[in-house]
Amino acid sequence: MSTTEIERQWTTRLRHRAAGKLPPEKLLPDTQPSYVSSWIYVFGVATLSSLILVIVTGCLLALRGPSWWHGSFIGHFVNSLHLWSVEVFFFAMVVHLWGKFFMGAWRGGRTATWMTGVVTFLASLLTAFTGYVSQSNFDSQWISTQAKDGINATGGGAYFNVLNMGQMLMWHIVLLPLAAIVLTALHVILVRVKGVVPPYDDDATAVTTPEGATK
Amino acid sequence: MGLYTFLAALVPLNNYGHFIHWHWLYVSYANFIVICLMVITFVAALLLPFPGRNRRKENR
Repeated sequence: MSTTEIERQWTTRLRHRAAGKLPPEKLLPDTQPSYVSSWIYVFGVATLSSLILVIVTGCLLALRGPSWWHGSFIGHFVNSLHLWSVEVFFFAMVVHLWGKFFMGAWRGGRTATWMTGVVTFLASLLTAFTGYVSQSNFDSQWISTQAKDGINATGGGAYFNVLNMGQMLMWHIVLLPLAAIVLTALHVILVRVKGVVPPYDDDATAVTTPEGATK
Repeated sequence: MGLYTFLAALVPLNNYGHFIHWHWLYVSYANFIVICLMVITFVAALLLPFPGRNRRKENR
């Protein structure tokens, strides 16, 4: 195969494009802009960390099933860990959202980063909702019977039936987590490509090493 | 079992929820407390000094 043919392959072109947009030192940087040394920048990573805990505990619950999470001590513990990691996830995500809103985080060509964050938030809300109606207890029965009227009023009840336990569980453990994970990955990649948004009055070119020295 | 009894006495959950109802606002105390905690966390994140922040400023 000639060099020209290799260069024309879609794999070669995609690799060159990906490496150009996101070189390894940009994907996993060892320096950050100086303005990032503020607690308000911590909540994005806190959201991501709690999402990982949500996924891990969710996988454990999927492995063992409802009789385990309702009927054993360890099952109760993992079930509670799943719930509370979701609470921390939303708590951190809302503070992250407020911080980014007041920073105007869509500035500097970061519209796609902002929008993927918004859609991830909406997908996460739906994931949490389907989780609450999949608990297989009186609480989930109450939530689903209350929610059905609202969803039926939108005309969506035929496609998204909150009283259908099987459908809600599949949405909760397959479709919506997949969407949330893919969107989160895309959001993080965009943050790496475009960089963290600088404050309104800060010098965006300053970077610091982990030791604190400014380059 | 002692811990469960203690926690149940501290935060009784086996009764009707309590709600704040003021004009159009209708929110449970539990959700209201979480919203307040988020606001406090947000303000604290803006005001509290970040470890190493001063050292970085000196190096700038």
